[in-house]
Amino acid sequence: MIRVVLPAHLRTLARVEGEVKLDVAGQVTQRSVLDALEASYPMLRGTIRDQVTRQRRAFVRFFACEQDISQESPDEPLPEAVASGAEPFLVIGAMAGG
Amino acid sequence: MSRVRVLVGTRKGAFVLTADGKRERWDVSGPHFGGWEIYHLKGSPADPNRIYASQSSSWFGQVIQRSSDGGKTWEAVGNKFAYEGAVGNHLWYDGTQRLFEFARVWHLEPSLTDPDTVYAGIQDAALFRTTDGGQTWRELPGLRNHPSAPAWQPGAGGMCLHTILLDPSTAGRIFIAISAAGVFRSDDAGETWRPMNRGLRSEQIPDPTAEVGHCVHRIAMHRSRPNVLFMQKHWDVMRSDDAGESWKDVGGNLPTDFGFPIDVHAHEPNTVYVVPIKSDSEHYLPDGKLRVYRSRSGGHEWEPLTKGLPQSHCYVNVLRDAMAVDTLEPCGVYVGTTGGQVYASADAGDSWTPIVRDLPSVVSVEAQMLP
Repeated sequence: MIRVVLPAHLRTLARVEGEVKLDVAGQVTQRSVLDALEASYPMLRGTIRDQVTRQRRAFVRFFACEQDISQESPDEPLPEAVASGAEPFLVIGAMAGG
Repeated sequence: MSRVRVLVGTRKGAFVLTADGKRERWDVSGPHFGGWEIYHLKGSPADPNRIYASQSSSWFGQVIQRSSDGGKTWEAVGNKFAYEGAVGNHLWYDGTQRLFEFARVWHLEPSLTDPDTVYAGIQDAALFRTTDGGQTWRELPGLRNHPSAPAWQPGAGGMCLHTILLDPSTAGRIFIAISAAGVFRSDDAGETWRPMNRGLRSEQIPDPTAEVGHCVHRIAMHRSRPNVLFMQKHWDVMRSDDAGESWKDVGGNLPTDFGFPIDVHAHEPNTVYVVPIKSDSEHYLPDGKLRVYRSRSGGHEWEPLTKGLPQSHCYVNVLRDAMAVDTLEPCGVYVGTTGGQVYASADAGDSWTPIVRDLPSVVSVEAQMLP
């Protein structure tokens, strides 16, 4: 079970409280986690990744195990602690004012 | 007695204001979608309980919300706005060419007859349509593929398609306006388009009378007379009597003819409202006074409407989508400011009262009639 922490605006949009728990088939990567997230919560499509390019939106960051992994390949395996559910995968709205 | 619902989009959420026909006491609900920019909300003329909202943020992109109960509850619907085919270029601020790139939905225009059909004007400028209540959106690419598109350029707010007028009497006729390209008209339901900018003069572009490139801020029509259009341009208030084929300056005695919104009285097709703004470099009211100007002669002669509006130390702006009229008798007029006030007039502009004073900066105002 993968644990995902969403920023407040996306929790409101997805109508969830606290962490989201997802079953992810196969290798646990940014892409597979986000695919599973969007399949369960279709209203989140386009809010984390661009609808057309599938690229991470510029002001969205991904943290895991106290590391910023935003720049890593979306197909890079996530840390074992995330894959095992010991640590969450964090989706962060970049600290950009406003 | 009919009731009225006023839909207000702000920089930090949406608000729904409702009143009975007297328009004296208002119920205010919101913020809906708190913290998000709400560029526009609009209700379906065919079903007033069906409302669409454009919700966006720099962080999380575009969301489209739909309500089927008059704004009490909402559901997120489709938000994929993918250009059709080759994307193509437009003119960038520095004179280079740049690929069209989706940024946000500026304006939602529901069909006059079908609650599930809505047109969306987006940045970078293109026109989309849904026929399934917002679940899926398809571009009408004939507009963006117009040969003039490489000469379109962004205004200060981005290259937005901000106005969509559906002609109620000529089937398939649609007018749109883009900053900074100008007005285009389709007579075949959006398949093909022609620029409609003859008579416009813009000193900010190399050829002031060019076919495209004009920063049109807003156009408006009266349902009973769709061949007559009124325009607030970057500078100049204009009028067309031939469905956009040609335009004439009707700014007359306005203190300044720079501004953003323009609208037409619901029952008097020759009565027009604008809000003059000091200049394109200042973007606030002249003399610290909020004055809505009304012409009862279709332009040229204008009178300031000031009763109930702040007449000192007021330096707000009124953005292009932040004026609306209702169809009650007398006609109601609504103006939202960048200072967060929404002013209402229940007597066609003779006098005004604030419905709310301290909302986030207002981006859009629409009025709906309720049975």
